Amino acid sequence: MTAGALVSGDGEDMRVSRVTISDVTFAADLSGALFWEEQRLLVVSDLHLEKGSSFATRGVLLPPYDTVATLGRLAAVISRHDPRTVIALGDSFHDRTAHERLSPEDRDAVAALQTGRDWIWISGNHDPMLPRDLGGAIADEIAIGPITFRHEPTGAHGEIAGHLHPKARISARGRSMERRCFASDGMRAVMPAFGAYAGGLSIRDAAFARIFPQNGFVAHLLGDRRVHAIAASRCY
Amino acid sequence: MPPRILKIPAEPATLLPDRFNAWFAARGWSPREHQLALLEKAREDVSALLIAPTGAGKTLAGFLPTLVELSSASTASTKSVVSTGRSVQRSAGLHTLYISPLKALAVDIARNLERPIAEMGLPIKVETRTGDTPVSRRQRQRRYPPDILLTTPEQLALLLSSDDAPFLFSSLKRIVLDELHALVTSKRGDLLSLGLARLWRLAPEVRAIGLSATVAEPDQLARVLVPQPGGKEAAADIVIAGGAAPPLVEMLDTRERLPWAGHSARHALAEVYDLIKQNKTTLVFVNTRSQAEMLFQDLWRMNDDGLAIALHHGSLDVAQRRKVEDAMSAGRLRGVVCTSSLDLGVDWGDVDLVVNIGAPKGSSRLMQRIGRANHRLDEASRAVLVPANRFEVLECRAAIDAIAENAQDTPPLRTGALDVLAQHVLGRACGEPFFSDDLYAEVRTAAPYAGLARQDFDDVVDFVATGGYALKTYERFARIKQDKQGRWRVANPKVRQSYRLNVGTIVEEPMLKVRLVRGRSTGSGSTGAIARGGRVLGEIEEYFIEGLTAGDTFVFGGEVVRYEALAEDQVYVSRANDKDPKVPSYMGGKFPLSTYLAERVRRLLDNSRAWNGLPEQVRDWLSLQKDVSSVPGVRELLVETFPRGSKHYLICYPFEGRLAHQTLGMLLTRRLERMRARPLGFVANEYAVAIWGLGDASFMIRNGELDLDALFNPDMLGDDLEAWLAESALMKRTFRNCALISGLIERRFTSEDKSRRQVLFSTDLVYDVLHKHQGDHVLLRAARADAATGLLDLRRLGGMLARIQGRITHRELDHVSPLAVPVMLEIGRESVYGEAADELLAEAADELVKEAMG
Repeated sequence: MTAGALVSGDGEDMRVSRVTISDVTFAADLSGALFWEEQRLLVVSDLHLEKGSSFATRGVLLPPYDTVATLGRLAAVISRHDPRTVIALGDSFHDRTAHERLSPEDRDAVAALQTGRDWIWISGNHDPMLPRDLGGAIADEIAIGPITFRHEPTGAHGEIAGHLHPKARISARGRSMERRCFASDGMRAVMPAFGAYAGGLSIRDAAFARIFPQNGFVAHLLGDRRVHAIAASRCY
Repeated sequence: MPPRILKIPAEPATLLPDRFNAWFAARGWSPREHQLALLEKAREDVSALLIAPTGAGKTLAGFLPTLVELSSASTASTKSVVSTGRSVQRSAGLHTLYISPLKALAVDIARNLERPIAEMGLPIKVETRTGDTPVSRRQRQRRYPPDILLTTPEQLALLLSSDDAPFLFSSLKRIVLDELHALVTSKRGDLLSLGLARLWRLAPEVRAIGLSATVAEPDQLARVLVPQPGGKEAAADIVIAGGAAPPLVEMLDTRERLPWAGHSARHALAEVYDLIKQNKTTLVFVNTRSQAEMLFQDLWRMNDDGLAIALHHGSLDVAQRRKVEDAMSAGRLRGVVCTSSLDLGVDWGDVDLVVNIGAPKGSSRLMQRIGRANHRLDEASRAVLVPANRFEVLECRAAIDAIAENAQDTPPLRTGALDVLAQHVLGRACGEPFFSDDLYAEVRTAAPYAGLARQDFDDVVDFVATGGYALKTYERFARIKQDKQGRWRVANPKVRQSYRLNVGTIVEEPMLKVRLVRGRSTGSGSTGAIARGGRVLGEIEEYFIEGLTAGDTFVFGGEVVRYEALAEDQVYVSRANDKDPKVPSYMGGKFPLSTYLAERVRRLLDNSRAWNGLPEQVRDWLSLQKDVSSVPGVRELLVETFPRGSKHYLICYPFEGRLAHQTLGMLLTRRLERMRARPLGFVANEYAVAIWGLGDASFMIRNGELDLDALFNPDMLGDDLEAWLAESALMKRTFRNCALISGLIERRFTSEDKSRRQVLFSTDLVYDVLHKHQGDHVLLRAARADAATGLLDLRRLGGMLARIQGRITHRELDHVSPLAVPVMLEIGRESVYGEAADELLAEAADELVKEAMG
């Protein structure tokens, strides 16, 4: 229903869209995860686990099911791609004590996801001090070949980051729709937030202009059944 | 059941003190029958519902018992100083509480009351309390209350949640509820009813007077005014004011060709202009703000006589609206183009004609509007209906007949909403602590909550306390807690503060301020800086702006403007010279066709002799429909299938209004998909649903592959509905309102309004998660109940599906039928465009018409 090119046209899996960053090809997954096939590496960003209970401490009693929902979607995308390595790209936990509020079932779920693969927690501004008792390795950033994974984008070449929760709006004929998206210009990428309660920031915000200097980046919108690649200049 | 009409037994002199008789006599008036009737009811110490048309002296009637009581009581006894145990000396509480749906009305009534009070020299103090009342005066009012306080349902809720409530209200003798018919149709009515239930506890002696326009079920409305005893129904006495002359209503018999579709009534523009010219002051009502904007523009373009014509709708800046209202009161205006913004409220000068453009939607609504003309009881109001298309001619005819019979179609009394109850429970906990059992009993005395199940009540209390989640993890963050005796109270002062900021049930669409600035000289899409500041033209729905791209033009505040930029909550526009703007289709005033009128339209269609009362063009249209297809009967559902171009169409005519039809279209499309009819899309209007697709529906029906009885089986309201609700944007909007009203999410924060955009987004996320993990949560139940009568209109859809079972008439056609043309013209017409689009439509229309009419 919207304008813009549909990238994956020729019988490929519609749930992914090709994104090339510094000559490495990734699959941008409909779930909001990024998959590096060659490395069998799956990246998710901004899980914001226990955001619901974090609000509850301030009197806003959001349904306490966001962690279950987020981990459930993560389990689905992991079972689809069966990665050798998973990177959680920062802000995995909504606040510094969020991991303490995880239920025993949630902890078991995390442990199950980690079984048989490497798991790397990258620290973010919400979770600068990551828990040591949840399995996996902990890092501030990590480089693999030409690609650097870190939470807050700096605009460096070959960087894959999160933090900004990009979303984009498409308007046509007096109607509009808004979705989470990947933002990439071939040199660097910002990933959408994966967490069930994570909101979004419009890609037209000045924060994106600082990372993509030419403003010539592409938004890969997470549709209902497909990922749509649309020039950022056509989005709001 | 016929309402009790009261005859006056007593002599006026015995009901009215001398002072009052003298006052009436001095003005050359005598008290009206219904005014005395209310005094009599007061003497009998019972509550009463007064049903009277505008201009009947309703307000004075409502206050006479109060004025009489206060005039006879000695000043000393009503205003004795009492100690409240707070080491503050305070006067006694209120005598009379007046509640109106509009704060402007409260202010106006205060002014009107001052006159008799001053002229009779009565020792009575009258004050208003609205959102605009300064804090200092509010504080003074709580300590030294006036005799009569005029306020709104929201302010009442706030007062009831304060520690002063027992002091303020325990002396209360009378409650006057104005425009009660309008108040009870919404969640504000629920809030008000819960407030009344509290007042009955605080002041068991209090009696209520309800003032209302004519309604379909006065006995039900009268229940709102008295505590419901549980198990059975109780109602206030009903007083009906007679004597109003029946209105003179006619349909414009246009010289022009009647359009097939559209709602602008452009064809009749010159005739509407002539009507304004021929009368002193004409109110021109339209159904949406965008229509108001468009009509106003068009009238100005042809205004060679320089008539003073103004525009009035809810999106305009308040100051601008007041200016129009003042000019009208002063008799300086010849015409006002308006929306439902002028449906209620005070009298605006000498209006001698009401013109209603487009479909009347409901007979009671239309009668209210017509009542805006000529506020003298003994003279008939005059009105002209201007149908904008052929179907609307049928609707206008049905409405005129209904008015002649004085047949009302106001909606039935509401079942109290659970989100409003949640807000009330929190408010109660902010005041005196309560026991669950007591509050449950109290709440059930409110008419909309008389049937409230204990389980629902307990779930609501649980929700207010800890969110009501199956996963019990929020005990330590509880907002209300039980003390040792088991009484509920707020957990901390922050909760109380948040309640005060978020009280009320009116959830507004997120709005943006529209500012007029100097435009950029270059074309659209440029990102250069534009001048900030600029004059405020008014407010516009955020979602409308989101559908625009820079450079798009639209009509706002009566001028064509170009969208320049959006920054925070400000929309910057510049003056555009375009003549064909992209017109805003912003919300407001989109009422669906009432069930009652729909039924009448079906009956009119079914009775070809009654067609004689219709314009010739419409008669020909229906006759041809009868020849080539069929005209739907009163209880049956006509389904037509035909090919057109490369697609196949299925049209049905339920006449249940746009909302129910949208839901039906959504559900039918899902089913057709499953039945492999390969549907591509659908469109709905007030009368019909059109679905198109690749599969040949005619062929499938002929071959028994598609069973229409199965397709329209009411079981679509089961699993199919559930599946759709999970992702429906309408359902998410409904849920958002419930989340805000119930207090799950705050609307207003102590630090000035954060991004409202964020709030909208997060409630959608919350809906997704909650729907998946606790589908029977009390808030989802509340949203479901709203959807049943609101945006999805499930109740009506269910009624229709039950009605037409076994009564589906199928016609297989070679091409589009005359009756199908209007809905076919809606295809591809999601948004409204200006003249260029109208031309386009006209072309499309001609093609379709040629095909249909042979």
